[in-house]
Amino acid sequence: MNLSNTAVASETRWQAVCQASDLVADSGVVVWHEGEQVALFYLPGQGRELYAVGNRDPRSGANIIGRGLVGNLSGEIVVAAPLYKQHFCLDSGRCLEDPGQALRVWPARLSAGRVELSLG
Amino acid sequence: MQATANGAQRARLVIVGNGMVGHHCVEQLIERGATARFELHVFGEERQRAYDRVHLSEYFTGSCAETLALCAPDYYSRHGVHLHLGEAVLDIDRERRELVTAEGRLGYDQLILATGSYPFVPPIEGSSGNARLVYRTLEDLDAIRAAAADARRGVVVGGGLLGLEAANALKSLGLEAHVVEFAPRLMPVQLDSEGGAALKARIEALGVGVHLSRATQSISAGEQYRYRMNFDGGEHLETDLIVFSAGIRPQDALGRACGLEIAARGGVVIDSQCGTCDPRIFAIGECASWNGSVFGLVAPGYAMARNLAARLLGEAADDFTGADMSTKLKLLGVDVGSIGDAHGATPGSRSYRFIDEANSVYRRLVVDASGKHVLGAVLVGDNSYYDTLLQYAQNGIALPADPAALILPQGGGAPALGADALPDSATICSCHNVSKGAVCAAIDSGCADLAAVKGCTKAASGCGGCAALLKQVFEHELTARGVTVDKSLCEHFAYTRQELYGLVRVEGIRTFGELLERHGKGHVGCDICKPAVGNILASCWNQPIMDPALVPLQDTNDTFMANMQKNGTYSVVPRIPGGEITPQKLIVIGQVAQKYDLYTKITGGQRIDLFGAQLHELPLIWGELIAAGFETGHAYGKSTRTVKSCVGSTWCRYGVQDSVAMALRLEERYKGLRSPHKLKFAVSGCTRECAEAQSKDIGVIATDKGWNLYVCGNGGMRPRHAELFATDLDDQTLVRLIDRVLMFYIRTADKLQRTSVWREGLEGGLDYLKQVVIDDSLGLATELEAQMQQVVDRYECEWANALGDPEKLKRFRTFVNDQRADPDVHFVRERGQRRPAAPLQLIPTHEEAM
Repeated sequence: MNLSNTAVASETRWQAVCQASDLVADSGVVVWHEGEQVALFYLPGQGRELYAVGNRDPRSGANIIGRGLVGNLSGEIVVAAPLYKQHFCLDSGRCLEDPGQALRVWPARLSAGRVELSLG
Repeated sequence: MQATANGAQRARLVIVGNGMVGHHCVEQLIERGATARFELHVFGEERQRAYDRVHLSEYFTGSCAETLALCAPDYYSRHGVHLHLGEAVLDIDRERRELVTAEGRLGYDQLILATGSYPFVPPIEGSSGNARLVYRTLEDLDAIRAAAADARRGVVVGGGLLGLEAANALKSLGLEAHVVEFAPRLMPVQLDSEGGAALKARIEALGVGVHLSRATQSISAGEQYRYRMNFDGGEHLETDLIVFSAGIRPQDALGRACGLEIAARGGVVIDSQCGTCDPRIFAIGECASWNGSVFGLVAPGYAMARNLAARLLGEAADDFTGADMSTKLKLLGVDVGSIGDAHGATPGSRSYRFIDEANSVYRRLVVDASGKHVLGAVLVGDNSYYDTLLQYAQNGIALPADPAALILPQGGGAPALGADALPDSATICSCHNVSKGAVCAAIDSGCADLAAVKGCTKAASGCGGCAALLKQVFEHELTARGVTVDKSLCEHFAYTRQELYGLVRVEGIRTFGELLERHGKGHVGCDICKPAVGNILASCWNQPIMDPALVPLQDTNDTFMANMQKNGTYSVVPRIPGGEITPQKLIVIGQVAQKYDLYTKITGGQRIDLFGAQLHELPLIWGELIAAGFETGHAYGKSTRTVKSCVGSTWCRYGVQDSVAMALRLEERYKGLRSPHKLKFAVSGCTRECAEAQSKDIGVIATDKGWNLYVCGNGGMRPRHAELFATDLDDQTLVRLIDRVLMFYIRTADKLQRTSVWREGLEGGLDYLKQVVIDDSLGLATELEAQMQQVVDRYECEWANALGDPEKLKRFRTFVNDQRADPDVHFVRERGQRRPAAPLQLIPTHEEAM
């Protein structure tokens, strides 16, 4: 890696994907983001309020993660995939039941009434 | 690639082969901290990282390379293991201690061969192209799939375990499948002739052709099909493709080329420590030959990997002393089991046999000369006997006085060997070699639930076949230690559903947050407690489930008021009370289905299910249905589903009461009622019982004096006849009793407990239920009726409610920032309708295989 790359990488670029009002409290919605389906989970009042993970369920192959139920298992915020109910950690995308499955995760933030995802 | 080994600190350990056994070896090494001592390199000839070959046939029924993979994509890199995929090792230079690939050379300090095996294809004239397919790798399967595209019939040569697997794969590709076997029976290694015959009968009943004692002499061009297989003796069989599955051969070419000792029947010769004649080279799995035998199953390969990993790290390690080749699997949906000395080859052994030719069931028990111990067994048609027989065989448990009882039909399989009868040395999980003693040790070291025991011991995390036994042992051991089994709903509520129901009702709690704050832990809940509490709140107060405070509680089906199907689309079921529908409404359903291209099927509950709607289409579909006078059918909820009815006295010459009118009255009353599990009703107009009311939660059968009420029946997986509860009731009394039974069930049942299971667990049984409901022994009757009336009065169609509220409709968007539909939802057309395209079909065909 050369020096100029390092400089670019350290400066995260953000892209707005939807309005904060599109989010549903304690639940998920899905956005189309550069050819990918990203599920956004909004937990107002929690330590971290916004999570962005891949919408495709690796077990079923269907795009359904955004319609899963959010929960807290042993201190980790998770979503239960709606078809086969396996849990994914929203923070890391790790599957609690099967290390062979994982969801992609995106850094996400709320900024000026909009939801932004990191492009970096 | 560097040519020299890396410095003095870490020795370089190279594993050649990234199949199941090679991968397991890496896992074992990593787990034991090998990366601190070794620089690990893994070479795989295939481009795909290690995948599950045992479940290969699932590749045709929904699994992809990624779901079959044995680890996460970054597993190797995360642990600092160098993985070289698609890079075949061409040679091993033992003198310079280097291996050679197309990319260059790499030095090694120690080397493990885990190159597996390859399919044996007998030399047959004319066998090439689609007449010479094999079944071993994902690439082989791609080739079979391509060949099947324009084929009608496929033949598998080889009637062993893998051959029948391959036949299953051909069948799932829609081909007419045939199996050609050289031996006079199927699975000659595992089964005796009677077992083979029973298996043949079962498989033929599935439409698979079985041709025994046939040797293929040549393959020529066919007339009806592409090829013609000519058997010795003059017979022939035509086919469009041929898959060879006539056994495996050890992939020992590398070992041969570099001069390692090779066994007479192939395979790199190893000792009990997996060492070859070169002290720096080891071999494990199917490429190795121990004591003249190559082991073509995963479990022995795993055992070698485990022992070797321990030995390389200087830990105490077991010697490899051969393997138990006992097998339990489901081939083409048929149970087949083989334990130990299945053929009764031990001198002096004697057999007990059970043969049921009517159902093609066969069981054989082989006992030793003394008649005290099990040596082996063969099972075809019913594997429920397997676990117990295996425990007898493996642990030398003394046989009961009448050993035949172990294989005679019992209704519930062989008399289960209680967990307490097993010695500590009994193997619970043979994939990961976990004994009962190890499970006990895990419990003693603090594993408080089953998940912790699985995590700690890895038991039941291989093929999963021992899961039920593990649970049994776990619960037995807990009880033995005086621990009460924790019945908490989940980690957030230390209460049962019944207790939570009481709290909600007594304290008038209306939201999940309120209940969690007063009686639970944390701020979020989970996918167990949220739907359970949402259901209790709905049963008590019947608020619309789309209220903002309730939405996040619902499981996805309740949230979107439709039933999610395997590809993420939904099915829609409008209510058709009593199964009665006007032609005009029937036309509307047809029009809506046509407009949105929905797959249409009649349900068992006398209504119509419309499949394939995407999220954003649901409000549009419901807008049209509601405009035509339909209401939601609650097919998605733990709630009243349908009241099935026969046509009754209005049309039927036998009918004695108007069953349709009563069905309408009941469905009208109880629609929308939320309960611990779904509720099904039926009303029959006479004793002929055409509505099948005795298989329902609530069944009503007309008599010439009124109605007989039956309760707590069930169809489905665990059928149970409903019990006669009260006779010759008038309309009003009937409804009153149903009110009381249902409310009492809602109050006292466990989460997701059907009425049948609830009734069986009810202390005092049916008599007690009669006392409470009919005699009002608890003084609850008025309260139960009032609660039901409250729920009935608050009914409103959830879909009508949602359509009137733009805020609620916001959720019904596939993407909140884009109008497009989900581009990954694909359909194919079949019999004039569309259905999900194949890659999403997920029908596990293989319960387990080892």
